[in-house]
Amino acid sequence: MKRAARSTETPQVGRSVPRLESWLKVTGRAEYVHNLRLPGMLYGKIFRSTVAHGRIKRIDITAAQALAGVYRVVTAKEVCALIPEPYYGPAFHDQPILALDKVRHVGEPVAVVLASDPHVAEEAVHLIAAEYEELPAVYDEVEAMSSKAIVHDALKPAGTFPDLKHLKGRTSTNIALDFHLRRGDAPGAMKNAHRVFEHRFRTQQVMHTPLEPLVSAAESTDSSLTIHTSSQSPSFVRIEVARLLGWPENRIRVRVPFLGGGFGAKLYIKLEALVAVLSLIARRPVKISLGMEEQFFTITKHASTCRIKSGVSKDGRIVARECEVWWNGGAYADIGPRVTQKSGFTASGPYDIEHVAIDSYALYTNLPPAGALRGFGIPQLVWAYEGHTDMMACELGVDPVAFRRLNLLRDGRPQATGTVMRDAAIEKVLDRLETLMDWKKSFDKGSGTMRRGRGIAIGFKACVSPTTSLAAVNVNADGSCIVYCSTADMGQGSDTAMAQIAGEVLHMAAESVTVVHSDTDVTPYDMATLGSRSLFHMGNAVKLAAEDALAKLNQLRKELQLPADCPVPDIFKKKYGMQAGNVVGTGSYVPIYKSPDSNGLTDNATPFWMVGGSGVELEVDTETGRVRITRLANVADVGTPINPKIVETQLSGAAIMQLGFTLHEKMVFDAQGQLRNASLAEYKIPGLLDLPGEIVNEAVTVEQRTGPFGAKGVGETGTFSVSPAIANAIHHAVGVRLTSLPLTAESIWEKLK
Amino acid sequence: MRREIHFRLNGEAVSAQVAPHESLVEVLQESFGLYGARESCGQGLCGCCTVLVNGTAVSGCLYLASLVENSEVRTIEADRELDAVQQAFIEASAFQCGFCTPGFILMTRQLLDEHPDPNDETIKHYLSGNLCRCAAYPEIIEGVKLAAKRRKQK
Repeated sequence: MKRAARSTETPQVGRSVPRLESWLKVTGRAEYVHNLRLPGMLYGKIFRSTVAHGRIKRIDITAAQALAGVYRVVTAKEVCALIPEPYYGPAFHDQPILALDKVRHVGEPVAVVLASDPHVAEEAVHLIAAEYEELPAVYDEVEAMSSKAIVHDALKPAGTFPDLKHLKGRTSTNIALDFHLRRGDAPGAMKNAHRVFEHRFRTQQVMHTPLEPLVSAAESTDSSLTIHTSSQSPSFVRIEVARLLGWPENRIRVRVPFLGGGFGAKLYIKLEALVAVLSLIARRPVKISLGMEEQFFTITKHASTCRIKSGVSKDGRIVARECEVWWNGGAYADIGPRVTQKSGFTASGPYDIEHVAIDSYALYTNLPPAGALRGFGIPQLVWAYEGHTDMMACELGVDPVAFRRLNLLRDGRPQATGTVMRDAAIEKVLDRLETLMDWKKSFDKGSGTMRRGRGIAIGFKACVSPTTSLAAVNVNADGSCIVYCSTADMGQGSDTAMAQIAGEVLHMAAESVTVVHSDTDVTPYDMATLGSRSLFHMGNAVKLAAEDALAKLNQLRKELQLPADCPVPDIFKKKYGMQAGNVVGTGSYVPIYKSPDSNGLTDNATPFWMVGGSGVELEVDTETGRVRITRLANVADVGTPINPKIVETQLSGAAIMQLGFTLHEKMVFDAQGQLRNASLAEYKIPGLLDLPGEIVNEAVTVEQRTGPFGAKGVGETGTFSVSPAIANAIHHAVGVRLTSLPLTAESIWEKLK
Repeated sequence: MRREIHFRLNGEAVSAQVAPHESLVEVLQESFGLYGARESCGQGLCGCCTVLVNGTAVSGCLYLASLVENSEVRTIEADRELDAVQQAFIEASAFQCGFCTPGFILMTRQLLDEHPDPNDETIKHYLSGNLCRCAAYPEIIEGVKLAAKRRKQK
């Protein structure tokens, strides 16, 4: 262990520093909320709705309450005594802490049993009985547009997003947000086009499946509340719980240690408001750890339908594009409206198209809520536009790579929103992909029952904006350094990256820098760890904070008439007469952003663009429809990598996760909205045997000029293009075009018959 | 309903009061403060709860605690000094969030005891009962091979 502060002239950025927490993780000693036990703690177990949509007529808790060892059973009645309007959410205040009057999806929390023994709490949950007056339900996102089944009686926008204000109080609708973009005259250009193509694509509902299931604990006094939670957004949790309780922020403390995976599941409020209220009601610490099954009822990824239409000129240029996208948000909006708008910006793809019309709708349905999952809607859109691109190239009889290159959106050109592309290596990514795939070489398509195919796809994303990050960097009297930031390390390696950035500025080995985990009493505000934003936003904040600390040290050198190269410990010794004191640098970062106008246009949609392409070679067994991926190449624009090895593993991990969403994973619901496969026995996530024969990951060399040391985010990029690349390759192999995910052997075999 | 059982835990003679329904993971966590074996899927399908009982890997979330009476139980916490497998996992970047890592390391030790020089196929099949949602699988394979090399050099 290299624990001593080490000053160094070796560059810290661009070095594959092993994760700072390596020892903790390989010895099983890393801290997760999963491990937490508080003195006198009660375990909460949740009683959940068995119907998809209904009025609550009666909840009978008598038998549960009477079970020996049960401390208390809590329903919405007790919650309302503490918080009269117990609704939360980042975009809409639509989600009750416990179901109030109505339930809106199967699995919605209705009551909680508290007991010192979790087994007793579990047993008591089975003794609760509820009666519902069932209401008509809606499950499909397109049907939800016109369905008579209305999930929420009136819309309740949170007020934090100005573009949702007009929806306040709206009734008889399931549309939680509609985003429209009009650039040029798409219908007119479509009329004059040489050829017009229209296709429809669908994606399925899936789940994040972090192996540390959602878990939160709370402890309270008469005037304070501490929430320990496996959360990607501690600052949001504090602000939202403070709002619910009507308390000032400083009376609520939110602590986040390591996360056992997140992927977007652990954002905003999940269990935090519930455990907070329970600990105030019970006057004892309360912990709720969800089981794997319960996660499926808590947060998921949007199913979606996309209609995409393009007009192509005689010379093969895409001149017009229309996209209509319907997002299945489930019963509560969560961050769905943001997914709808932000992904709407790029729904027309990484192509230079003069006339664009985009309509993107966030819909309420009676399914478990959907939120952000590694890509914020982008993988769903790339699935549609890159399938569409290949289908057009095929119809036109042109090479799919050449067709893309002809239409590619190049730096300096305006994208659909009107924002000019800067530092987005779309062309470079396509070029590298073509080389890595040996695209120009002839390809063996197999024979007999084993047919081979290859396909590529390329996608891009506008990083969500505007968001704020603050950081502090403390230099101790011995010269050692501590970084304070609220970025949650959920496996993406943020602790290590932040230490490298601070180390680079302060000329210190990253291994000797300590990074303090999120604790809202200690670490400054951060919007959240999401959307690949942390390395860019928090990285910039940490860099500014370290530079501020360095400037303060230099100021001290000057004041104390010390030479410019005077070692840090000597500055403090001279100043305070002994090893004492410290210097704290602070930094805050918020990028410039301009909200889209009424046509969805803005000249500053995002602080940076992410670009990811994938190439696939595969085999299809024509007798069974079984697909075997023999080669997967992922190429990305990640700016200048801070830690090349971690960047590579992020690309690889994201792509393999997306393989699961492409080939196997699907939440299966019956006609009553009951989930049929809520366990790892029936919902299969990728394992070692699902790996492609070969996997290649590459970051093209570019610089994000506004990023810390040229860097930008990478957490999601590997997911963008995997699904359409596979579908395109399947089509190349056996001529079967699938437009609905997942691409199961059955669905291929059905079309091969 | 509780009864006292005696067993050896990470080399030490210990005893615990266990109820018949309690799993080994629960007893390790509640009675001994050992959190390296973790319940995740609760069905013995993910490998996060892996514990060695008499040298054989078991799913600690399904294995009843009362069955370890007079047995030798080893968890990831057995040593503070890193062995070849742990060192190789660090060098190969074979983990991200770290939640599944103890299970992978314990299974890898058992794999290398049985197959000192495993090829990719052997590794994939042997470790197929361990899941990693961060999907550090290519790095895990690399880590296993590196550990095999190091163990042979010793």
